[in-house]
Amino acid sequence: MNCIIIDDDATARLITKQLCLKSEQINVLEEFESAIDAIKYLNTASIDLVYLDIHMPTFSGFDFIETLKDPPKIILTTSDKNLALEAFEYKSVVDYLVKPITKERFNKSLEKLDSLSTSEKKPTKQKNTSDFIYVNVDRRLVKVSIPSIYLIEAKGDYINIKTEEKNYIVHSTLKKIEDKLPSDSFFKVHRSFIINIKEIIDIEDNTVLIKKDVVPVSRSNKSELMQKLNLL
Amino acid sequence: MELPNLTLIKEISGNDIEFENSILDIIKLEFPEEVAIFKTNFEQKKYVEASNNVHKIKHKISLLGLKNGLETASAFELQLKQEKLELYPNFIEILDKIHVYLYN
Repeated sequence: MNCIIIDDDATARLITKQLCLKSEQINVLEEFESAIDAIKYLNTASIDLVYLDIHMPTFSGFDFIETLKDPPKIILTTSDKNLALEAFEYKSVVDYLVKPITKERFNKSLEKLDSLSTSEKKPTKQKNTSDFIYVNVDRRLVKVSIPSIYLIEAKGDYINIKTEEKNYIVHSTLKKIEDKLPSDSFFKVHRSFIINIKEIIDIEDNTVLIKKDVVPVSRSNKSELMQKLNLL
Repeated sequence: MELPNLTLIKEISGNDIEFENSILDIIKLEFPEEVAIFKTNFEQKKYVEASNNVHKIKHKISLLGLKNGLETASAFELQLKQEKLELYPNFIEILDKIHVYLYN
Protein backbone atom coordinates (compact mmCIF):
# COMPACT_ATOMS: atom_id res chain seq x y z
CA MET A 1 0.00 0.00 0.00
CA ASN A 2 1.52 3.31 -1.11
CA CYS A 3 1.25 6.21 1.29
CA ILE A 4 2.36 9.75 1.92
CA ILE A 5 2.87 11.47 5.28
CA ILE A 6 1.76 15.04 5.89
CA ASP A 7 2.87 16.69 9.12
CA ASP A 8 4.51 20.02 9.89
CA ASP A 9 6.40 18.35 12.75
CA ALA A 10 9.56 16.58 11.57
CA THR A 11 9.67 14.37 14.66
CA ALA A 12 6.15 13.15 13.98
CA ARG A 13 6.99 12.48 10.33
CA LEU A 14 10.07 10.51 11.31
CA ILE A 15 8.14 8.34 13.76
CA THR A 16 5.31 7.65 11.32
CA LYS A 17 7.79 6.88 8.56
CA GLN A 18 9.79 4.49 10.71
CA LEU A 19 6.66 2.70 11.86
CA CYS A 20 5.60 2.33 8.22
CA LEU A 21 9.01 0.99 7.21
CA LYS A 22 8.92 -1.58 9.99
CA SER A 23 5.46 -2.72 8.98
CA GLU A 24 6.59 -3.95 5.52
CA GLN A 25 2.99 -3.38 4.51
CA ILE A 26 3.15 0.36 3.92
CA ASN A 27 5.38 1.92 1.34
CA VAL A 28 6.11 5.60 2.05
CA LEU A 29 6.38 7.43 -1.27
CA GLU A 30 6.80 10.97 0.04
CA GLU A 31 6.52 13.09 3.15
CA PHE A 32 5.33 16.67 3.29
CA GLU A 33 5.61 19.49 5.81
CA SER A 34 2.69 21.28 4.18
CA ALA A 35 -0.67 19.97 3.02
CA ILE A 36 -0.63 22.32 0.04
CA ASP A 37 2.56 20.71 -1.27
CA ALA A 38 0.92 17.32 -0.81
CA ILE A 39 -2.09 18.40 -2.88
CA LYS A 40 0.24 19.42 -5.71
CA TYR A 41 1.90 16.01 -5.47
CA LEU A 42 -1.44 14.19 -5.57
CA ASN A 43 -2.21 15.84 -8.89
CA THR A 44 0.63 13.80 -10.37
CA ALA A 45 0.66 10.59 -8.32
CA SER A 46 -1.77 7.94 -7.21
CA ILE A 47 -1.61 6.77 -3.62
CA ASP A 48 -3.69 4.51 -1.36
CA LEU A 49 -3.24 6.11 2.03
CA VAL A 50 -2.36 9.39 3.71
CA TYR A 51 -1.06 9.79 7.26
CA LEU A 52 -2.36 13.27 7.91
CA ASP A 53 -1.77 15.69 10.77
CA ILE A 54 -4.85 17.76 11.58
CA HIS A 55 -3.27 20.75 13.26
CA MET A 56 -1.04 22.52 10.75
CA PRO A 57 -0.55 26.24 10.19
CA THR A 58 -2.49 27.97 7.38
CA PHE A 59 -3.92 24.75 5.88
CA SER A 60 -5.22 22.11 8.29
CA GLY A 61 -5.71 18.40 7.76
CA PHE A 62 -9.47 18.94 7.49
CA ASP A 63 -8.88 21.62 4.82
CA PHE A 64 -6.80 19.06 2.95
CA ILE A 65 -9.57 16.43 2.99
CA GLU A 66 -12.19 18.93 1.89
CA THR A 67 -10.03 20.08 -1.01
CA LEU A 68 -9.72 16.63 -2.55
CA LYS A 69 -12.54 15.47 -4.81
CA ASP A 70 -11.82 11.81 -4.32
CA PRO A 71 -9.57 11.46 -1.27
CA PRO A 72 -7.68 8.21 -0.64
CA LYS A 73 -7.92 6.44 2.72
CA ILE A 74 -6.79 8.76 5.47
CA ILE A 75 -5.36 8.04 8.89
CA LEU A 76 -5.36 11.15 11.00
CA THR A 77 -2.47 11.75 13.35
CA THR A 78 -2.92 14.41 15.99
CA SER A 79 -1.97 15.52 19.47
CA ASP A 80 -5.57 16.55 20.01
CA LYS A 81 -7.87 13.88 21.46
CA ASN A 82 -10.98 16.00 21.02
CA LEU A 83 -11.39 16.00 17.26
CA ALA A 84 -12.29 12.34 16.75
CA LEU A 85 -16.01 12.96 16.29
CA GLU A 86 -15.42 15.62 13.69
CA ALA A 87 -12.76 13.46 12.04
CA PHE A 88 -15.03 10.49 11.42
CA GLU A 89 -17.56 12.73 9.68
CA TYR A 90 -15.25 12.35 6.70
CA LYS A 91 -15.85 9.08 4.86
CA SER A 92 -12.24 8.76 3.83
CA VAL A 93 -11.00 8.77 7.42
CA VAL A 94 -10.32 5.21 8.51
CA ASP A 95 -8.48 5.79 11.78
CA TYR A 96 -7.46 8.45 14.27
CA LEU A 97 -4.09 8.13 15.95
CA VAL A 98 -3.21 10.28 18.94
CA LYS A 99 0.43 11.34 19.07
CA PRO A 100 2.85 10.11 20.13
CA ILE A 101 1.89 7.06 18.11
CA THR A 102 2.95 3.85 19.79
CA LYS A 103 3.97 0.78 17.83
CA GLU A 104 1.07 -1.18 19.32
CA ARG A 105 -1.52 1.39 18.27
CA PHE A 106 0.06 1.73 14.84
CA ASN A 107 -0.17 -2.03 14.31
CA LYS A 108 -3.82 -2.05 15.36
CA SER A 109 -4.42 0.57 12.74
CA LEU A 110 -2.78 -1.66 10.13
CA GLU A 111 -5.10 -4.51 11.13
CA LYS A 112 -8.03 -2.18 10.63
CA LEU A 113 -6.73 -1.24 7.19
CA ASP A 114 -6.35 -4.92 6.34
CA SER A 115 -9.90 -5.76 7.30
CA LEU A 116 -11.19 -2.79 5.31
CA SER A 117 -9.27 -3.87 2.22
CA THR A 118 -10.61 -7.42 2.58
CA SER A 119 -14.21 -6.28 2.81
CA GLU A 120 -13.74 -4.00 -0.20
CA LYS A 121 -12.42 -6.93 -2.24
CA LYS A 122 -15.43 -9.14 -1.48
CA PRO A 123 -17.44 -9.44 -4.70
CA THR A 124 -20.80 -7.77 -4.51
CA LYS A 125 -23.81 -9.53 -5.89
CA GLN A 126 -24.37 -8.19 -9.37
CA LYS A 127 -27.84 -7.48 -10.64
CA ASN A 128 -28.92 -9.47 -13.61
CA THR A 129 -28.72 -7.12 -16.55
CA SER A 130 -30.25 -9.48 -19.10
CA ASP A 131 -33.18 -8.26 -21.21
CA PHE A 132 -35.12 -11.40 -20.35
CA ILE A 133 -36.36 -13.13 -17.29
CA TYR A 134 -37.50 -16.77 -17.09
CA VAL A 135 -40.55 -17.36 -14.96
CA ASN A 136 -42.15 -20.59 -13.83
CA VAL A 137 -45.70 -20.82 -15.15
CA ASP A 138 -47.54 -24.14 -14.81
CA ARG A 139 -44.22 -26.03 -14.50
CA ARG A 140 -42.89 -24.39 -17.64
CA LEU A 141 -40.08 -21.83 -17.71
CA VAL A 142 -41.38 -19.03 -19.85
CA LYS A 143 -39.15 -16.33 -21.32
CA VAL A 144 -40.49 -12.82 -20.64
CA SER A 145 -38.98 -9.71 -22.14
CA ILE A 146 -38.18 -7.29 -19.29
CA PRO A 147 -38.88 -4.08 -21.24
CA SER A 148 -42.34 -5.44 -22.07
CA ILE A 149 -43.28 -5.64 -18.37
CA TYR A 150 -45.18 -2.57 -17.30
CA LEU A 151 -46.54 -3.64 -13.93
CA ILE A 152 -46.03 -6.32 -11.29
CA GLU A 153 -48.56 -6.77 -8.55
CA ALA A 154 -48.18 -8.88 -5.41
CA LYS A 155 -51.11 -11.17 -4.69
CA GLY A 156 -50.50 -13.26 -1.59
CA ASP A 157 -47.84 -15.89 -2.41
CA TYR A 158 -47.98 -14.97 -6.08
CA ILE A 159 -47.07 -12.05 -8.29
CA ASN A 160 -48.92 -10.98 -11.40
CA ILE A 161 -46.49 -9.88 -14.09
CA LYS A 162 -48.27 -7.73 -16.64
CA THR A 163 -46.88 -7.25 -20.13
CA GLU A 164 -48.39 -5.79 -23.29
CA GLU A 165 -49.10 -9.27 -24.66
CA LYS A 166 -50.25 -11.17 -21.59
CA ASN A 167 -50.13 -11.57 -17.84
CA TYR A 168 -48.14 -14.20 -15.94
CA ILE A 169 -49.15 -15.43 -12.49
CA VAL A 170 -45.97 -16.67 -10.84
CA HIS A 171 -45.29 -18.17 -7.41
CA SER A 172 -42.74 -15.61 -6.18
CA THR A 173 -42.35 -12.33 -4.28
CA LEU A 174 -41.93 -8.72 -5.31
CA LYS A 175 -38.56 -8.65 -3.55
CA LYS A 176 -37.22 -11.54 -5.66
CA ILE A 177 -38.28 -10.05 -8.96
CA GLU A 178 -37.21 -6.56 -7.95
CA ASP A 179 -33.66 -7.86 -7.58
CA LYS A 180 -33.74 -9.07 -11.19
CA LEU A 181 -35.00 -5.83 -12.71
CA PRO A 182 -32.97 -2.79 -13.76
CA SER A 183 -33.44 -0.10 -11.12
CA ASP A 184 -33.34 2.73 -13.65
CA SER A 185 -36.60 1.46 -15.23
CA PHE A 186 -38.46 -0.29 -12.45
CA PHE A 187 -39.51 1.17 -9.15
CA LYS A 188 -41.49 -0.19 -6.22
CA VAL A 189 -44.12 2.50 -5.74
CA HIS A 190 -46.08 0.59 -3.12
CA ARG A 191 -45.52 -2.53 -1.03
CA SER A 192 -47.69 -4.43 -3.54
CA PHE A 193 -46.66 -2.83 -6.84
CA ILE A 194 -43.59 -2.44 -8.99
CA ILE A 195 -44.02 -0.30 -12.08
CA ASN A 196 -42.05 0.29 -15.25
CA ILE A 197 -41.37 4.02 -14.99
CA LYS A 198 -41.11 4.33 -18.77
CA GLU A 199 -44.74 3.28 -19.11
CA ILE A 200 -46.23 5.90 -16.81
CA ILE A 201 -48.96 7.87 -18.55
CA ASP A 202 -49.77 10.25 -15.76
CA ILE A 203 -49.51 10.85 -12.04
CA GLU A 204 -52.27 12.27 -9.96
CA ASP A 205 -52.02 12.76 -6.22
CA ASN A 206 -50.93 9.37 -4.91
CA THR A 207 -51.68 7.27 -7.97
CA VAL A 208 -50.02 6.59 -11.30
CA LEU A 209 -51.69 5.50 -14.51
CA ILE A 210 -49.79 2.69 -16.24
CA LYS A 211 -51.50 1.56 -19.46
CA LYS A 212 -55.02 1.15 -18.16
CA ASP A 213 -54.06 0.34 -14.58
CA VAL A 214 -54.30 2.87 -11.79
CA VAL A 215 -51.64 2.03 -9.23
CA PRO A 216 -51.33 3.49 -5.71
CA VAL A 217 -48.09 5.23 -4.74
CA SER A 218 -47.21 5.17 -1.07
CA ARG A 219 -46.42 8.58 0.42
CA SER A 220 -42.94 7.50 1.47
CA ASN A 221 -42.01 6.46 -2.09
CA LYS A 222 -43.49 9.38 -3.96
CA SER A 223 -40.55 11.79 -3.67
CA GLU A 224 -38.11 9.12 -4.89
CA LEU A 225 -40.39 8.35 -7.80
CA MET A 226 -40.55 12.04 -8.72
CA GLN A 227 -36.75 12.19 -8.69
CA LYS A 228 -36.58 9.35 -11.19
CA LEU A 229 -38.83 11.14 -13.65
CA ASN A 230 -37.62 13.48 -16.32
CA LEU A 231 -39.56 16.45 -14.99
CA LEU A 232 -39.75 19.76 -16.79
CA MET B 1 9.08 15.97 40.44
CA GLU B 2 8.31 14.84 36.92
CA LEU B 3 11.41 14.56 34.76
CA PRO B 4 11.90 13.95 31.04
CA ASN B 5 12.62 10.32 30.19
CA LEU B 6 13.02 8.00 27.23
CA THR B 7 10.40 5.41 28.20
CA LEU B 8 7.94 6.29 25.46
CA ILE B 9 10.60 6.80 22.80
CA LYS B 10 12.00 3.36 23.62
CA GLU B 11 8.50 1.91 23.36
CA ILE B 12 7.90 3.56 19.98
CA SER B 13 11.28 2.51 18.64
CA GLY B 14 10.85 -1.05 19.91
CA ASN B 15 14.28 -0.67 21.52
CA ASP B 16 15.82 0.02 18.12
CA ILE B 17 18.73 2.23 19.24
CA GLU B 18 19.25 3.74 15.81
CA PHE B 19 15.59 4.76 15.56
CA GLU B 20 15.67 6.02 19.13
CA ASN B 21 18.71 8.18 18.40
CA SER B 22 17.20 9.57 15.23
CA ILE B 23 14.07 10.63 17.17
CA LEU B 24 16.25 12.32 19.80
CA ASP B 25 18.41 14.00 17.16
CA ILE B 26 15.42 15.52 15.45
CA ILE B 27 13.91 16.65 18.76
CA LYS B 28 17.22 18.31 19.64
CA LEU B 29 17.24 20.03 16.28
CA GLU B 30 13.64 21.23 16.27
CA PHE B 31 13.06 22.01 19.94
CA PRO B 32 15.16 25.21 20.27
CA GLU B 33 13.75 26.59 17.01
CA GLU B 34 10.17 25.94 18.10
CA VAL B 35 10.77 27.46 21.53
CA ALA B 36 12.37 30.56 19.96
CA ILE B 37 9.38 31.03 17.62
CA PHE B 38 6.98 30.59 20.54
CA LYS B 39 8.83 33.18 22.67
CA THR B 40 8.89 35.69 19.83
CA ASN B 41 5.18 35.32 19.18
CA PHE B 42 4.41 35.49 22.88
CA GLU B 43 6.49 38.64 23.37
CA GLN B 44 4.78 40.23 20.38
CA LYS B 45 1.43 39.28 21.92
CA LYS B 46 0.55 37.11 18.93
CA TYR B 47 -1.23 34.70 21.20
CA VAL B 48 -3.03 32.63 18.56
CA GLU B 49 0.25 31.95 16.79
CA ALA B 50 1.88 31.25 20.16
CA SER B 51 -0.92 28.78 20.90
CA ASN B 52 -0.14 26.97 17.64
CA ASN B 53 3.52 26.87 18.65
CA VAL B 54 2.57 25.31 21.98
CA HIS B 55 0.53 22.71 20.12
CA LYS B 56 3.58 21.68 18.13
CA ILE B 57 5.86 21.63 21.19
CA LYS B 58 3.28 19.47 23.00
CA HIS B 59 4.25 16.47 20.89
CA LYS B 60 7.82 16.66 22.14
CA ILE B 61 6.67 17.12 25.73
CA SER B 62 4.62 13.93 25.49
CA LEU B 63 7.40 12.05 23.68
CA LEU B 64 9.68 12.84 26.60
CA GLY B 65 7.22 11.25 29.01
CA LEU B 66 6.03 14.43 30.75
CA LYS B 67 2.41 13.52 31.37
CA ASN B 68 1.68 16.41 33.73
CA GLY B 69 3.66 18.70 31.49
CA LEU B 70 1.46 17.67 28.58
CA GLU B 71 -1.66 18.53 30.55
CA THR B 72 -0.26 21.93 31.47
CA ALA B 73 0.77 22.59 27.87
CA SER B 74 -2.68 21.58 26.58
CA ALA B 75 -4.36 23.91 29.07
CA PHE B 76 -1.95 26.73 28.20
CA GLU B 77 -2.60 26.17 24.49
CA LEU B 78 -6.31 26.76 25.11
CA GLN B 79 -5.68 29.69 27.45
CA LEU B 80 -3.55 31.48 24.87
CA LYS B 81 -6.40 31.33 22.37
CA GLN B 82 -8.42 33.32 24.90
CA GLU B 83 -5.45 35.61 25.58
CA LYS B 84 -5.10 34.27 29.12
CA LEU B 85 -1.51 33.96 30.30
CA GLU B 86 -1.57 32.45 33.79
CA LEU B 87 0.14 29.22 32.82
CA TYR B 88 3.06 30.91 31.06
CA PRO B 89 5.54 30.42 33.95
CA ASN B 90 4.52 26.76 34.30
CA PHE B 91 5.01 26.22 30.58
CA ILE B 92 8.42 27.92 30.62
CA GLU B 93 9.40 25.64 33.50
CA ILE B 94 8.59 22.60 31.36
CA LEU B 95 10.60 23.99 28.45
CA ASP B 96 13.56 24.64 30.73
CA LYS B 97 13.40 21.09 32.10
CA ILE B 98 13.48 19.68 28.57
CA HIS B 99 16.32 22.00 27.58
CA VAL B 100 18.45 20.82 30.49
CA TYR B 101 17.65 17.18 29.71
CA LEU B 102 18.47 17.45 26.00
CA TYR B 103 21.57 19.56 26.05
CA ASN B 104 23.42 18.72 29.27
